[in-house]
Amino acid sequence: MMRSNQCAWKSSKLILLSCLLLIATLLASCGQSTSNSITLTGSTSITPFIEHLAELYMHEHPGITINVQGLGSSAGIQAAQNGTAEIGMSSRNLEADEAADLEQLVIAYDALAVIVNPENPIDNLTREQVRDLFDGDLPTWENLNNTPNSVTLVSREAGSGTYSAFDELLMDKQLISNRALRQGSNGAIRQIVADNPDAIGYISLGIVDNSVKAIAIDGVMPSPENVHNQSYTLIRPFLFVWPKSSTLSPEAQAFIDYVLSPEGQRELERSGLVQRGNQ
Amino acid sequence: MSERLIRAILLTTALLSLISLAVITFFIFQAGVPLIGQVGIAPFIGGTVWNPTGDPKSFGILPMLLGSLYLTVGALIVGVPLGVAVAVFMAELAPRRMAQIMRPAIQLLAGIPSVIYGFVGLTLLAPFVREYLGGPGLSVLTSAIVLGIMIMPNVISISEDAIRAVPNSYREGSLALGATQWQTIWGVVLPAARSGILASVILGMGRALGETMAVIMMIGNALQVPLSPLDSATTLTSNIGLELAYASGQHREALFATGVVLFVLIMALNLIARAVSQQQTN
Repeated sequence: MMRSNQCAWKSSKLILLSCLLLIATLLASCGQSTSNSITLTGSTSITPFIEHLAELYMHEHPGITINVQGLGSSAGIQAAQNGTAEIGMSSRNLEADEAADLEQLVIAYDALAVIVNPENPIDNLTREQVRDLFDGDLPTWENLNNTPNSVTLVSREAGSGTYSAFDELLMDKQLISNRALRQGSNGAIRQIVADNPDAIGYISLGIVDNSVKAIAIDGVMPSPENVHNQSYTLIRPFLFVWPKSSTLSPEAQAFIDYVLSPEGQRELERSGLVQRGNQ
Repeated sequence: MSERLIRAILLTTALLSLISLAVITFFIFQAGVPLIGQVGIAPFIGGTVWNPTGDPKSFGILPMLLGSLYLTVGALIVGVPLGVAVAVFMAELAPRRMAQIMRPAIQLLAGIPSVIYGFVGLTLLAPFVREYLGGPGLSVLTSAIVLGIMIMPNVISISEDAIRAVPNSYREGSLALGATQWQTIWGVVLPAARSGILASVILGMGRALGETMAVIMMIGNALQVPLSPLDSATTLTSNIGLELAYASGQHREALFATGVVLFVLIMALNLIARAVSQQQTN
């Protein structure tokens, strides 16, 4: 009896201790936010580019912390609306009700590249062919590159900025086939297309590397020059948004100024985006 | 004094867990049920087109419901026979020392984060399936194999307990009648441990139905009704996990409504598991 009581006493002390520890940790993490930090939340397509700029900026301005969170365009817009992030990032155009109470600023333009595996001999497709592939009218590669293999479509999920941009710019109201694999990021799509010789997908031009092959649409390659002179037409804006009702903090304004500065724009262009001034 | 303080603290923690269950239930139903009301139960559960941002919008979760179902059955086909076999070995056949080594090893298997399982499935198993069996590789089969391994620790530990709980007199009686050890296991021990094994299967089913991260990585998330194990599919959980971050408005509500369906399924499974295991103790 005595012994079991002691045991209970010991373990309850342990539980008490761990409860206190937990509370202490929670309190500590709450107290961490300082006035010198800015949070940007939104599109996973924009996140890598802004993370890169934020690193450069923080290097030059020690004492300022910039948090960049890639949660998706809709989440970014919501975060800006309800104030959980100072700036939201969207890679899709705002819907009417969202545009009503949000300031929007184009920071750059991004081209969507249609990508295939490097082993695929195809270099060029027409818009109609890409649409026929993605809506399921062309289930195999037979008519395109003479292999009988069935096409593996790789798409994004509904709600993603990349998805809605591709849908708007190219699909012309046709539904993307329900056979299409859906992945949560540009990087995941690139990985699948790089691994699978029969795959075709679409990603930000800035994310394209040698593991995949970007193809020409109607004979126009998605190169920076062709995006500049607007002969390549799969282009979408990258937006910063914040509530019309609030003014930005000086820190946030300074970071936006940096993003729009010639230096910031050059940096974005070097990562594969297109400067806003060129549109 | 301190005795009463600690009692109060522990009571609060206990209540907190109850309260959080109530809050979660309320929140999910509040966020999801209105949309089911708008769409209608039959078109929501029986609809085959999921296009939550299109024009017109369409909210049919049948492909995901079937995807969840197929994947769960597949995981059970892989995980249960293996798991029960391991449990029989550990409880009836293994030398004591060997069982002592195996038990923590299996517990370790349960402790591996699901994202690691998903990663292994994605990088090792999926290319293998694509190359040698066909299809896109990210498929129901790939996910079912990995998920089967993931539910094995649950199946093993609960089944083993159930087998050990079978009174020794049963075994002695069977052996005394001239049955071999295998005949004793198959004809006497396993039937006697039946309800415990069944409970382990149902708990494994719950785990397979609820697994999200690993499934998102391995199943490809295509919105079709899978017709072959080599087809890609979407499950209820993987679709919520994939789309929630990007969803707003009705789309978001529809994901919560998917959560309601999942919640009801899991609750039903838990109740069955409870009933089954209580049947054993009586």
